[in-house]
Amino acid sequence: MEKIEARDVNFHYGSFHALKGISMEIPRNKVVAFIGPSGCGKSTFLRLFNRMNDLIPGARLDGEILIDGKNIYAPGVQVDELRKEVGMVFQRPNPFPKSIFDNVAYGLRVNGIRDKAFITHRVEEALKGAALWNEVKDKLNDSAFALSGGQQQRLCIARAMAVSPSVLLMDEPASALDPISTAKVEELICELRKEVTIVIVTHNMQQASRVSDKTAFFYMGEMVEYDDTKVIFTNPRKEATQNYITGRFG
Amino acid sequence: MKRFLEKAVRWLLTASGFVTSIVILLIIGFLFTEGAGLFREPVIEEGYVLALNSENPVRELNAAEIKAVFDEDVTNWKELGGADMPISTFRLEDADEHFSEEQLGAQYENAGALISGLVAANPGMVAFVPESMIPEDSGLNFIKDSSISPGEVFGGSEWFPTATPAPLFGMLPLLLGTLWVSLFAILFALPFGISIAVYMSEVASPRIRNFLKPVIELLNGIPSVVYGFFGLIVIVPMLQRVFGLPVGESGLAGSLVLAIMALPTIVTVAEDAMRNCPRTLREASLALGATKWQTIYKVVIPSSMSGIASGVVLGIGRAVGETMAVLMVTGNAAVMPHSILEPLRTIPATIAAELGEAPAGGAHYQSLFLLGVILFFITFLINLCVEFISARNKAKYN
Amino acid sequence: MSGNPKYPAGYSLRKRRSQKAAFAIFRILSLFIVAVLFAILGFIIVKGAGVLSWDFLTKAPEDGMTAGGIFPAIVGTLLLMLGSAVVAFPVGIMSGIYMNEYASKGWVVKFIRLMTNNLSGVPSIVFGLFGMALFVKYLGFGDSILAGSLTLGLLSLPLVIRTTEEALKDIPDGIREGSLALGATKLQTIWKVVLPMAMPRVITGLILSLGRVSGETAPILFTCAAYFFPQLPTSILDQCMALPYHLYVISTSGTDIEAQQPIAYGTALVLIIIVLVINLLAGLLRKYFENRLKMK
Repeated sequence: MEKIEARDVNFHYGSFHALKGISMEIPRNKVVAFIGPSGCGKSTFLRLFNRMNDLIPGARLDGEILIDGKNIYAPGVQVDELRKEVGMVFQRPNPFPKSIFDNVAYGLRVNGIRDKAFITHRVEEALKGAALWNEVKDKLNDSAFALSGGQQQRLCIARAMAVSPSVLLMDEPASALDPISTAKVEELICELRKEVTIVIVTHNMQQASRVSDKTAFFYMGEMVEYDDTKVIFTNPRKEATQNYITGRFG
Repeated sequence: MKRFLEKAVRWLLTASGFVTSIVILLIIGFLFTEGAGLFREPVIEEGYVLALNSENPVRELNAAEIKAVFDEDVTNWKELGGADMPISTFRLEDADEHFSEEQLGAQYENAGALISGLVAANPGMVAFVPESMIPEDSGLNFIKDSSISPGEVFGGSEWFPTATPAPLFGMLPLLLGTLWVSLFAILFALPFGISIAVYMSEVASPRIRNFLKPVIELLNGIPSVVYGFFGLIVIVPMLQRVFGLPVGESGLAGSLVLAIMALPTIVTVAEDAMRNCPRTLREASLALGATKWQTIYKVVIPSSMSGIASGVVLGIGRAVGETMAVLMVTGNAAVMPHSILEPLRTIPATIAAELGEAPAGGAHYQSLFLLGVILFFITFLINLCVEFISARNKAKYN
Repeated sequence: MSGNPKYPAGYSLRKRRSQKAAFAIFRILSLFIVAVLFAILGFIIVKGAGVLSWDFLTKAPEDGMTAGGIFPAIVGTLLLMLGSAVVAFPVGIMSGIYMNEYASKGWVVKFIRLMTNNLSGVPSIVFGLFGMALFVKYLGFGDSILAGSLTLGLLSLPLVIRTTEEALKDIPDGIREGSLALGATKLQTIWKVVLPMAMPRVITGLILSLGRVSGETAPILFTCAAYFFPQLPTSILDQCMALPYHLYVISTSGTDIEAQQPIAYGTALVLIIIVLVINLLAGLLRKYFENRLKMK
């Protein structure tokens, strides 16, 4: 059984048909990249996996999305339970206006963990996992806003990982970062794939080719092509994909 | 011609730009000049003296002591640092108890000499008489007249501006009354204000929000006399019944009315602050498995704290300065407040109630302006607080 | 990572329950305030409706204000609204234009804004004191419509300035640049392009400031309001009656408070109607102009 499975997903915002009949399977502990021009629906699709689009008024979903074989849109599924399993990192670093420690501990606390020793231990692990520990271990109680943009984004990754999700969604996680920070985040993605299945939306095709095992190309709400990254970038079957990755539009 | 017009308009607009600053300066100027005049006023009513027997060693009395003497609360000179002898008081109105009309003369032309004689004959007597009446050679002593001191005014606990011979301008009861009423008002308004703000900004559907918004605006628009009238007709009798009070007009009635009046300010400012909390922060919290409510109290409220604080402080400002509603329902007893269930009196209510009767330029009139100065500075400080909070907040997010 | 967190079972349910409880409390408290508003409005409307009549609106008070109408008070309030508008609108709008279009963004704007905010926080009774000291005594206008209008005008100034400034701020810079690029002067740009676009919001703000003026009592206590002045004022140096002051007077003092009570209800109702109408008008205007903008 694959980690994530989408079956004939259609998504509407009001009268706008944002996603058109998408079906795909995402294998366990792989990195899958979604590429495509802006407005193609790749972020919308990503945000279906942790039901972040539930917040949008007037949105409607048809079809099924299964994680570990269970439909996450079935009645009785609790979104907070789902989101413990499916973490998310956003386009811009969005730390809470709290201390570094409290940022990472947040997900544990809101899910009912009170054991201080465990939280301390877990925060350290998550920061180490995000390659941030050495930079912040002496200032855990400082405001997270005091960190640089790249550090903030890695903090957000640590924050998501502390909850111990099995899927990590990344919505253009490096688009607001400088090249050095971007490289660090990419390195991190390669490390994290050992623990989680990663779905990453990106604008940057080099990034997709560097970090992902499989790549899906989206265009105008449709998934045009989905294959191993190597195939997509060297020998795509569809002309639209070819045009996009060679930079002829987008 | 066109250039000239541009310049003239520019000049005119610049001048208008500074109008509010000029008004503030004028307010400070006028209120201060009148208010500060109080400290140049004599303790004893102008043109009058307190005459003593020449054997009496007491030379100085402050306003509170003078009032105690003439109210017969103090009956022996030794309590005032003098010799051990009983005090007897004499006012001009008492003249006919001591002398017949013929003795005094039709125009009171003999009164001065007679009163001087009376005081000279009674070692414990103090007489409150017009200065012009006492003959030069009476041989009497007079209480040294000093100006009203700031200590008596700001530290005094008795507000008795119409007392004779020496009015009392202790502003403490009014200050405390104002603070009590405002404090309780905010205590009532706070839970409601924050809840409604959270509800409107985070929970309610757009339809409900579009219904609540004008409700809050209307609450803000109702004139304060109407609130006062409603309080007088509905809240005051209700409190009287519920708490079994002798009078329903009380600090609590004022607080309740003020709470309703301060609410719109708190709600509007706090709601605004919460709506300004970035969406990405909410999403980050929800994506970690937090519920909406956890997100609200762990992220949204802390990060909009300064806005909420501004709303509360502005609400306090509104409560402190509110006049008519408070005047109508608090009972206006100028005493040190002991309980919120008793009548008390605030600074604005005092000004509104007494200015009409205070003779222009007199000590009473000036004391009311001084109250105005105090009120102005309280609200000025409150506004500076709000500015400071929001400036710091802007710095944080940029 | 080792040592994965063991989440307590049932916590998800617990936190959803506490969310339900919290939201229920918010809903109840909000509902309560709506109830309070309707209680106040309902009370005054029900009690006052029986008093309202053509005579009540068009006759002067009689018999020591225990009978008759409130016509002079209505006229007085309208005159004061008009007077304060004459004082505050031109100056306030010009000040708003200066703040947004002319003043260099720096300490000047900051200072003026601080002063304007402070002025809007000054209690109305302090305006009353100030108006009495400056207009009634120092300038010698006496208790008069002139002094009252000036005092109320100053009181509403900050609101007028702020709404003007905010309305202007919403006009994108591109529009100004477009006009300037065609060779229009700054003044022409403001007069012909910026102001007409900002006008809807400015007007809404002005109407709301009139609403505030109509209900103010404390500022006119010592500058204008007459306890009893049954004839209509003939000059701006006359005193006048005013609805809010009239309501205060007949509900707290007078010859026969019991007999005056119906008149108090009626007066309160007229005041409430003015406020409702003004709020409604402002709301409708806002909607109308918003729709017109959308159609463009």
